[in-house]
Amino acid sequence: MISLAGRDILHSWGKFVFTGVGLGLLIGVTLVMAGVYRGMVDDAKALLDNSGADLWVVQKDTLGPYAESSSLNDDIYRGILAMSGVAQAANVSYLTMQVRRGDSDVRAMVVGIAPGEAGRPGWPPYLIAGRQITRSHYEAVADIATGFKLGERLQIRRNYYTVVGLTRRMVSSGGDPMVFIPLKDAQAAQFLKDNDAILQQRRRSAENPALNRPGVPGLLDAVIASQSVNPYVNAVLVKIKPGYAPDEVAQSIRQWKRLTAYTLPQMEEILIGKLIATAAKQIGMFLVILALVSATIVAFIIYTLTMDKIREIAVLKLLGTKNRTIAAMIMQQAVALGLIGFAVGKITATFTAPLFPKYVLLMPGDTALGLFGVVVICVLASIIAIRAALKVDPAEAIGG
Amino acid sequence: MRGKGIRIEGLKKRYGKGDTAVDALKGVDMQVAPGEVVGLIGPSGSGKSTLLKCLGAVIEPSAGLMALGDEVIYDKGWKIRDLRALRRDRIGFVFQAPYLIPFLDVTDNVALLPMLAGVPNAEARKRALDLFKALDVENRARAMPSQLSGGEQQRVAIARGLVNRPPVILADEPTAALDSVRALAVIRILEQMASQYETAIIVVTHDEKIIPTFKRIYHIRDGITYEEAGEGRGVD
Repeated sequence: MISLAGRDILHSWGKFVFTGVGLGLLIGVTLVMAGVYRGMVDDAKALLDNSGADLWVVQKDTLGPYAESSSLNDDIYRGILAMSGVAQAANVSYLTMQVRRGDSDVRAMVVGIAPGEAGRPGWPPYLIAGRQITRSHYEAVADIATGFKLGERLQIRRNYYTVVGLTRRMVSSGGDPMVFIPLKDAQAAQFLKDNDAILQQRRRSAENPALNRPGVPGLLDAVIASQSVNPYVNAVLVKIKPGYAPDEVAQSIRQWKRLTAYTLPQMEEILIGKLIATAAKQIGMFLVILALVSATIVAFIIYTLTMDKIREIAVLKLLGTKNRTIAAMIMQQAVALGLIGFAVGKITATFTAPLFPKYVLLMPGDTALGLFGVVVICVLASIIAIRAALKVDPAEAIGG
Repeated sequence: MRGKGIRIEGLKKRYGKGDTAVDALKGVDMQVAPGEVVGLIGPSGSGKSTLLKCLGAVIEPSAGLMALGDEVIYDKGWKIRDLRALRRDRIGFVFQAPYLIPFLDVTDNVALLPMLAGVPNAEARKRALDLFKALDVENRARAMPSQLSGGEQQRVAIARGLVNRPPVILADEPTAALDSVRALAVIRILEQMASQYETAIIVVTHDEKIIPTFKRIYHIRDGITYEEAGEGRGVD
């Protein structure tokens, strides 16, 4: 038995291909939307994985340092370092800001990393060019997505930094690329004011009789000195010694240091379950709408194509063609249209994904699920046309 | 060949019920022998199409009897369960317009019917090509319907009606869209095929060009048939 659907598609391939391309662009958008969600999740996981930490110690009762602000004194890490099971503990600060690059600026997460060497928590785990930060000030390692080049100078607040190293896939949970600078510089950047503001603050302190007592020499200088430094960090990243359970060390820190400590699974839950949950729901809604639009379009196209063949269907029925043969023809055409659309959509998504400003991750599992979804949608969408075709009276082929 | 000719006795068809009922056929009697081509003539609304639909097992008569050869297919109800198979295997149709399937080539348009009946593709196509030789369209076997002239399309449609060797062919205004020469050519072909394949052919027509060619004519008026001997000139 010949394939009626195949012959019809070959006969009017232009119509099918152009319709498939239109549908494919819609499917491509759907795949990219799924890729955007996967990219957000992957960004969040990359942020945690690349930090090199087993525990995140943050301000008590906060969800910091990524989902909420968190502030800790920068000497707390010493006490943590002395605790049982802790191999390394390092201060870290995060600040999302616009980093100046000549006349333009780049959205980035500036990460302040404590002095040390590669492998220390918070440091970029690998470089693709250049070297790690070796000086205490004014050096930076940037993610390649920022667009910075080795040796280029960037401006954070009032200070200039030289890019000495480039890394890759070091991003915030929002997908912003990271720029690593020395911790002291990052602390200063968080609270550094312009000269006029500093002078105004010093004048106000000097005019405050509580801070400028004639009988207490040196008090004003001490107050001004304390106002000029930032002793806070956002978190302490902890690496645990082999053989110790993260949950137990975290519990110990919570109990003895009266701080909040999160393990990796808890941090993933915060980032994926809370921080990007709303965005994920938003994308999920878009996916549902796009699926409905795709189904409607396929149903409309297949219905129209079927109605164009109503006389031929009446003749086929009069000549004794079984209903299931006609139904199969329509359903096969719908599925073929879906497959053409899916192929176009997959190609479109693959080639356009790198052009998006944020990471778009197209996963094979999502592609397989998308293919299954397209086939199901096409089969369901063809039901309307099949119903119409099966209602055609074979008598319509006979005049009168 | 299953069955010989067609026999109809007292065939009635009523549409609707009660006061709104319309009797489209009030008692039709017809008998067409194998190899015979008869005309069925009548004005609009006389019941021609209803009769054709009943004969084609598309609609169910209200009363009467229909038989293909010795086998009764309708007598106060269908005597055959699979009407679709009946239409496919034992009744051939030729329409006013050829109604070829536009996305199948000429051979597959004809071979589709035996394929639907379970005949292997190669055998079905061979049957089609044999008919094309008889109908003188074998050189267009691979063409698409849109590439054929009106006369060629109608010959292919006749081949489709014949390909399953049905005992009966119902031709509904088969020459309406053709000029005189082509119309007479189609009737000549039908006569040849009827004779060659022992097929009973009923030609519904208004076409005065071809009416004189029939040896027997059935007139239908107000749902009742009257038989008349035709001029029977045939086609030269």
